[in-house]
Amino acid sequence: MLTQYLFYFLSFLAIFSALLVVFSKNPVQSVLSLIVTFFAIAGHYVLLNAQFLAAVHVIVYAGAIMVLFLFVIMLLNLNEDSEPQKPGWIKFAATITGGLLMVVMIAALRSAAEMPAPQKVDASIGMIKNLGHVLFTDFALPFEISSLLFLVAMVGAVMLGKKEIHNP
Amino acid sequence: MHEIPINHILFLSTALFFIGVYGFLSRKNMITMLMAVELILNAVNINFVAFNKYLFPGKLDGLFFTIFIIAIAAAEAAVAIAIIINLYRSHKSIDVDEVNDMKY
Repeated sequence: MLTQYLFYFLSFLAIFSALLVVFSKNPVQSVLSLIVTFFAIAGHYVLLNAQFLAAVHVIVYAGAIMVLFLFVIMLLNLNEDSEPQKPGWIKFAATITGGLLMVVMIAALRSAAEMPAPQKVDASIGMIKNLGHVLFTDFALPFEISSLLFLVAMVGAVMLGKKEIHNP
Repeated sequence: MHEIPINHILFLSTALFFIGVYGFLSRKNMITMLMAVELILNAVNINFVAFNKYLFPGKLDGLFFTIFIIAIAAAEAAVAIAIIINLYRSHKSIDVDEVNDMKY
């Protein structure tokens, strides 16, 4: 019973703060709302037996990516006055596009077969011991490839972000 | 013990996904568009974890997809922010509509 209340509360929080992200004029307020959304999603992960994933989500998203976003917003000195606005018809078209697709998806999901959760669920399946065991046996190659991806992204970010030494 | 039906989790992730789509289409500020993309990726992550729990309990494949998506999202955010800073340096603006040098 508590799980259900927690689920609906977290869902409400996630959707409300996601709407705030999209609709608020001030970019700093958008970032702060997005952090609230990420915490709500981390709560969902805990409810779905993915405890390690919840911790990683909070650390990586709320800790790293959002700090990067906040720094860039402060560096570029963005605020409500400098926020560019799209004309009304584009917002109308975006509402139609997103809203209609969402209605179609929800109508399709409503008639989806009810899948009851299995009764015998090992709640510690998402802990770091099980995850680490599988990560270094079955998923060793994707793990190594993702390290290569990080190297490429790091070099790319440094190359793109550095100032031009000699004027072109 | 009464469990949450999987439909409700899918409703949540659908709503988050389309809020992200709306934000991506309706904003001009590049950083806000990037935040909308993060919302979309998170909606997909919720779907992966939910299907992992409901369809394949005892396996961890969905969780690993989510972990790799988080890793790729971090790399993508770093590169995208480097591009945005570079663009701001050359155009003094992060409005997507003003960056049309290569369009014509």
